[in-house]
Amino acid sequence: MTIALSVVDLTRDFDVSAPWLNRVIERKPKAFLRAVDDISFEVPLGSCLSLVGESGCGKSTVARLVTGLYRPSSGTIKFSAGKTGAPLSAQMIFQDPFASLNPRWRVFDVIAEPLREFGLRKGTTAIAGRVAELLTTVGLSPNDGRKFPHEFSGGQRQRISIARALAGEPEFLVCDEPTSALDVSVQAQILNLMRRLQDEMGLTYLFISHDMSVVRHMSNQIAVMYLGRIVEQAATEQLFADPKHPYTRMLLETIPNVRNPKRQREAPAGEVPSPMNPPSGCTFHTRCPLADGRCKVERPEMRAYPGGSRVACHRVAESMAALAVPA
Amino acid sequence: MTQTPILDVKALRVEFPGRHGTVTALADVSFSIQPGEILGVVGESGAGKSMAGLAVQGLLEPPGRVSGGEVRLDGRRIDTLTDGEMEKVRGKEIGAIFQDPLTSLNPLFSVGQQLVETIRLHLGLDRKTARARAIALLTEVGIPAPDVRVDHYPHQFSGGMRQRVVIALALAARPKLIIADEPTTALDVSIQAQITALLRKLCDDHGTAVMLVTHDMGVIAETADRVAVMYAGRLVEVGPVAEVIANPQHPYTAGLMGSIPALGARVPMLTQIDGSMPRLDAIPAGCAFNPRCPKVMDRCRVERPELMPSGSGQSACWLKAMETTP
Ligand SMILES: Nc1ncnc2c1ncn2[C@@H]1O[C@H](COP(=O)(O)OP(=O)(O)OP(=O)(O)O)[C@@H](O)[C@H]1O
Ligand SMILES: Nc1ncnc2c1ncn2[C@@H]1O[C@H](COP(=O)(O)OP(=O)(O)O)[C@@H](O)[C@H]1O
Ligand code: SF4
Ligand code: SF4
Ligand SMILES: [Mg+2]
Ligand SMILES: [Mg+2]
Repeated sequence: MTIALSVVDLTRDFDVSAPWLNRVIERKPKAFLRAVDDISFEVPLGSCLSLVGESGCGKSTVARLVTGLYRPSSGTIKFSAGKTGAPLSAQMIFQDPFASLNPRWRVFDVIAEPLREFGLRKGTTAIAGRVAELLTTVGLSPNDGRKFPHEFSGGQRQRISIARALAGEPEFLVCDEPTSALDVSVQAQILNLMRRLQDEMGLTYLFISHDMSVVRHMSNQIAVMYLGRIVEQAATEQLFADPKHPYTRMLLETIPNVRNPKRQREAPAGEVPSPMNPPSGCTFHTRCPLADGRCKVERPEMRAYPGGSRVACHRVAESMAALAVPA
Repeated sequence: MTQTPILDVKALRVEFPGRHGTVTALADVSFSIQPGEILGVVGESGAGKSMAGLAVQGLLEPPGRVSGGEVRLDGRRIDTLTDGEMEKVRGKEIGAIFQDPLTSLNPLFSVGQQLVETIRLHLGLDRKTARARAIALLTEVGIPAPDVRVDHYPHQFSGGMRQRVVIALALAARPKLIIADEPTTALDVSIQAQITALLRKLCDDHGTAVMLVTHDMGVIAETADRVAVMYAGRLVEVGPVAEVIANPQHPYTAGLMGSIPALGARVPMLTQIDGSMPRLDAIPAGCAFNPRCPKVMDRCRVERPELMPSGSGQSACWLKAMETTP
């Protein structure tokens, strides 16, 4: 198994202090928010790793760190060598297909720009040919190149952003909620397209979504994040069949399931604490039904378990240890 | 039908006169909601879900107007009321919950002040009793330490807490009907589950009728009793929620169900409906779904199907007419 991306001990802090003058007047110290807290993961070549978790847990920050839009505060991000020997090139697809396309450019130029910029095709004919090819790949017509982004629906615009991302000939795509702004019927078109492209081009995906059913459909591996940390990572089937971390269980229990609705549900208590002031010890202890005294003071280490999953939880560690020692 | 429905909408039509002619945003929309019942209204964005909720409340933005049909609340016709009369119906008899809780809350007043104001306006209680009722409402919607929180301002609450406050506000005058437009869309799944559980409980406890507008079939499946599926400004299917999900009658509903990724078995490809919903000024002749329909027939391109009995509900599709006519 070749590793396409390896991320080690990655941390990113944001300065969220009040403006300098207010700080001086009100004698407030500088304030920092740790959006991503010491996370490590690997993405095997040709596979899809998804990050899931509730709003504000740091998914988009990881995406932006991996694509170089943010610098890490500490830790390393390493892409392995791609087909040409240079590190794999990564492109990003964003949630909002409306904001991520320049409204004044024709679709042709939107897609041709990376070709010109990286000198991937030379000469008008070669560029036009490649743009037509990319439009066809994503299920649009070469004639659509003449139009402006506003002339397309949300799903078609997301196809345009995918064509543009593919123009840079990436081997790695970081997709941050690529279908969250779309209706389900259109979401299905885009997810099908992304699966097909992955098979045909051998792409590797880092996929981000808060929608467990989308993630299940797309990924080989899933990493669950809570307040900037990965709390559990496992193969997709394993995570759904045998979720170990109490937060993963809570997430799986609360997602509405169309085909098997739980009408008399116990809704989980509480909500995500502010990342400005995270709880001590295990940051999930304020909502965890299994929390005990140790959880409030000691931060659980990430541990590997049989079956290949990794979990950061004291109680999981204790019960697995109890199982391992025959009485 | 023995009981008077709380909400009874018949052949509702909404038009927007414009420079390039009049567009019809809603046509022939008919549905009813019984006491204690949650009707889910589902469909893609732009299908007209919010428009239906706004039209019922008399809140269409001009030049939009109700140009046909009727709306009855507990038997009484409300689409013909004056703005002043409708103002009294809203808040007292109809409570509203919108997607963004901040649009329903005034940032300058504490949540207690806003609740007390609404309670006094509609129930005519004195300040002290109204405050006690405000605290009771906050307790009912699950706000911890309600006697302290009652004096806090909207920005001091999290998104989920704010939506609870909005629900408390919608409940303040014990309305017969609650119209909730995407009430959980802006919230995380764990909070979403709390809010839908709360809606269900209110419905069971007080017999409130709820019109729950959402694009999320999962939320409908777990919350609603019946579901109305909208497409391009019309209802295409109405029926009991479990039936519609297990055995969709209309090809659009079937496509919608197929495009939702399963949490159970993993499939290589999702069923997709090609294309997208037409714009209101370019609705195809005949059945509006015909360019995307895998089962389209000649008749579908010329004649528009009305809702007709189908399965345990109704569906607007010629396939049904063919089954029933010998
Ligand atoms: N540029 C920034 N400056 C300050 N704080 C930031 C910045 N970007 C993100 N944050 C904070 O970092 C945390 C993680 O944010 P991030 O956008 O990564 O979350 P997310 O998991 O993508 O959430 P969502 O599901 O809502 O997109 C949040 O608390 C957010 O407010
Ligand atoms: N002020 C307006 N003038 C003309 N058309 C409008 C106006 N407001 C909304 N519409 C149209 O009415 C249709 C239904 O909108 P809406 O009820 O908001 O859809 P939904 O809630 O199902 O997403 C959409 O096609 C929308 O563009
Ligand atoms: S470490 Fe403790 S608080 Fe954290 S998830 Fe495990 S049991 Fe719960
Ligand atoms: S009426 Fe015809 S086009 Fe419309 S949904 Fe039925 S079969 Fe399809
Ligand atoms: Mg994000
Ligand atoms: Mg809407």
